[in-house]
This record gives sequence, structure tokens and C-alpha cells, in this order.
Amino acid sequence: MSLDLGVFCKGTLDGEVVDHCFSALFRLGQNADPSYLDWLMKAWGWTLAVAGLSLIIAITLGALMGTLRTLPANIGMNKALVRLSTMWVELFRNIPILVQVFLWYHVIPAFILPLKALPSYWLVSIALGFFTSARIAEQVRAGIQALPSGQRMAATALGLTTFQSYRYVILPMALRIVIPPLTSECMNLVKNSSVAFAVSVPELTLFAMQAQEETSRGVEIYLAVTFLYALSAFTVNRVMALIEKKTRIPGFIAASGDVGLAH
Amino acid sequence: MFSLDLSFYNWELFTSYILKGLLFSVQLTIIATVGGIVFGTALALMRLSGRSALVYLATFYVNTMRSIPLVMVILWFFLLIPMLIGRPIGADLSATITFIAFEAAFFSEIVRAGIQSVPRGQGFAAEALGMTYGQNMRFIILPQAFRNMIPVFMTQTIILFQDTSLVYAIGAYDLLKGFEIAGKNYGRPIETYILAAFTYFIICFSLSKIVRKIQSKVAIIR
Repeated sequence: MSLDLGVFCKGTLDGEVVDHCFSALFRLGQNADPSYLDWLMKAWGWTLAVAGLSLIIAITLGALMGTLRTLPANIGMNKALVRLSTMWVELFRNIPILVQVFLWYHVIPAFILPLKALPSYWLVSIALGFFTSARIAEQVRAGIQALPSGQRMAATALGLTTFQSYRYVILPMALRIVIPPLTSECMNLVKNSSVAFAVSVPELTLFAMQAQEETSRGVEIYLAVTFLYALSAFTVNRVMALIEKKTRIPGFIAASGDVGLAH
Repeated sequence: MFSLDLSFYNWELFTSYILKGLLFSVQLTIIATVGGIVFGTALALMRLSGRSALVYLATFYVNTMRSIPLVMVILWFFLLIPMLIGRPIGADLSATITFIAFEAAFFSEIVRAGIQSVPRGQGFAAEALGMTYGQNMRFIILPQAFRNMIPVFMTQTIILFQDTSLVYAIGAYDLLKGFEIAGKNYGRPIETYILAAFTYFIICFSLSKIVRKIQSKVAIIR
């Protein structure tokens, strides 16, 4: 068995070799027929777009819900918030991601009509974002609970309100602690974005399935797609390592060996 | 506004569409868990063996599996197995092989952490008693390691049960597929997706409650 990478320089319309491998994407070729390489690059762009948007949703909601879960349950309002965030985590953690994607694509727009106008890219990103936010909330909660209780007590002794003690004392420490487990959640998110194929977002996995069928060069196509997924996840890993390094406070060791095993 | 009608969901629909899928999902989960633990333990022992060839091989396998999306792993196996054995293979069997291979990588990380959680003195004491490597693992290290690992194993199994829904990519008939086909045949796709989500939620939520109970009971008190 030998690899034939020439498949990427073939046009997607007629299967003939195009005169430049990037024929359509950068308008390098004479004819405007897109090649499989063009298609691959566009699909990668969709994967990154889905992962990027859902990452923003997941981190925002995850940090919020994780924080709410640790509120001191001394007044009725806080009790309600703790209960809300616990339900949030249990709900989005215990339904498979693919089922959640179908819910957002087929079910929820039937009840909330304005969502019908949203393209599937948005719906998938919301689904992935909510799913991942439950996992991030757990990491943030663990990070906050890992802090010595003296921190919270000191904040109270200084007369800070609950909001102030979170804003100035607890969260600045806790969010630094959670960077390592957050890194693996972000890498999982890039990988999980592959479920977008199920609602026809033209991302890498859908490209892999369709191009494999059209060209019968499955191994080459899958290798390229797998490589791009690994490259994307690795880039996320490096960026997070950089953030961890930049935000480190000398004298404090952010130690948390908790490696997320979810995938 | 859409109104829900669940009256079509009865025992007959359950037995003719859902049950088959549920059984496949459960069977896949159990086989992949058992297979994953067996091969995962082998991989973990390879990684801790200290022989560079074995360490390198196992590390490469685990890292590769962990850096590829599961959907792509499922597609890869579905493509490669027929190429290697020279004849087509059903989606069910392909999914089973894929999940054993994939879960082995994840379970090996759990087993490795479990083995490393056993105090080193235990292994030294066994060596001092004249035990061989095999006896040491069999009677001293692994029994303690596995006991520590039980809650993590079960958590991973719940994740695995959720992940089995991804066999959608190769069209195997699992729980989700059962609901989807029922929804198409009865013209009630929205209701069946809700029922699917509800079923998965009930199963996974109850299992995770049980895990939390067990977690507090099995910990070894030193």
C-alpha cells in the first residue's frame, strides 16, 4: 500500500488534477475549481471556528457556574444559586454530546422560534459550549475548594462583601490553579468539535467522510484530517502553557496534578 | 409554538426500536470496559517496565489515541480493518474493536496512576520477601491499585457509555439510533430526541450517584 498525496491536488468537481494545488482558496490557479486541499483548509477553518466560539461560551459559563457552586449557602438567594448551578452541571454532564447537539439542532428551535434563524454552526457551538461548561465548572469548583479556607476568612475579616472577596481574593488564585485541567478541557473541546459533522457543519470530520467516499483515498484524507486535529489541539496546549507562564505570580506555586480523563 | 405529544411512546415501540439499541450500547460499554481494563493494564505495565522499547511503544500508542477525536478513531478503524483483513466488516464489530482499542489507552492512564498511588515500600517489601515481578504485581501491587481505582474506573465507564453514541458516524444501531429511527417511522423526531436525552440522563445520573456512594466505601484506610 502506498500513499498518493496527489489526491489533494485534484479538483472536487471533476476529479481532474488542477493546475495549482491551492487553486481556488488563494486564487492561485487558472481555473477556479476548488481542489481537495482547498476544501480541507476550509474544513479546518470551520473546525477552528466551532471550537473557538464554543470555547468562549464554555469558559464564560463554566467559570460562572463553578463559582456559583461554591457560594456560602447562608442566605436564600445563595442557596438558590448553588442549586441552579448544581442542576446545570448535572444536566449537561449526563447527556452525551451528540444527543445535546441534536437537541439544539432539532428540538430547541421548535420551542424557541428565533433560534430557527441561527445557522447550524451557532447551534453546534452553543451545544458544545454548554456541554464543556459543565466540565469546566467542576474544575473551577475544585480549584476554589483547593484554596486554604483562611483566604476566605481573611477576606471576610477585612470586611469585603461576598462579591468583593471572590473578585479580589478567591478567583484570582483559583483561576490560576485551574489552568492545567482547563488546558486538557480545551484540547477535548477541539476534539469534540468533530460531532458537528452530525448536523452538516462542513468541518474536518464531515470533509473526511465525504472526501473519502468521493476519492476512495481514505487513508490519505484521514491522515491529513487527523494531523490537523492533532496540530490544533497541540497549539491550544502551547497557548495555554504560555498563558500559565504569563499569569504566574512569583512565590505561589499553582499546583494541581488533576489530569482530566474525559474525552 | 410546538406542542409535545408523547402518547405514541408505548411498550411496543420500546421493544421494537429502543431495546435493541439499548442492549447494543450496554453490551458495547461492558465489552469495551473489560477489554479496556485488560489491555490498559498491559499498556500500563509496559510503560512502567523501564525497558525503553516497551515504554516508547506504549507511550506512543496512548498519546496517539488521546490526541485524535473519537469520531475519527471510529472512522479510521472502519476504514482500516477491512483493508487489513481483506473483507468488509459490520459496523457493530468494528465499533466494538474500536472502543476496546480506544478505551485501553484511557484505562492505561488510570491504571498507571493507580499503581503509582501504591506506596513504594509495598513493592520493596515484596521483593525483600523474594517475590518475583509477577508475584509482586499479582499479590501486592495490583490488588491495592485496583481498589484505589474503582471509582475512577466507574466514572470512565459512564463517560464511555455516553461516548458509545458516537458510533452514529458509521451507522451502528445503538440507543440513539434506535430513538432516531423510531422518530422517523412515527413522524415524531422532536419527541424521540427528548426521550433519548431523558433516557441517557437517567442512566448516567443514577450511575454517577452510585459511584459517589461507592467512592466513600472502598477507600483504603491507612
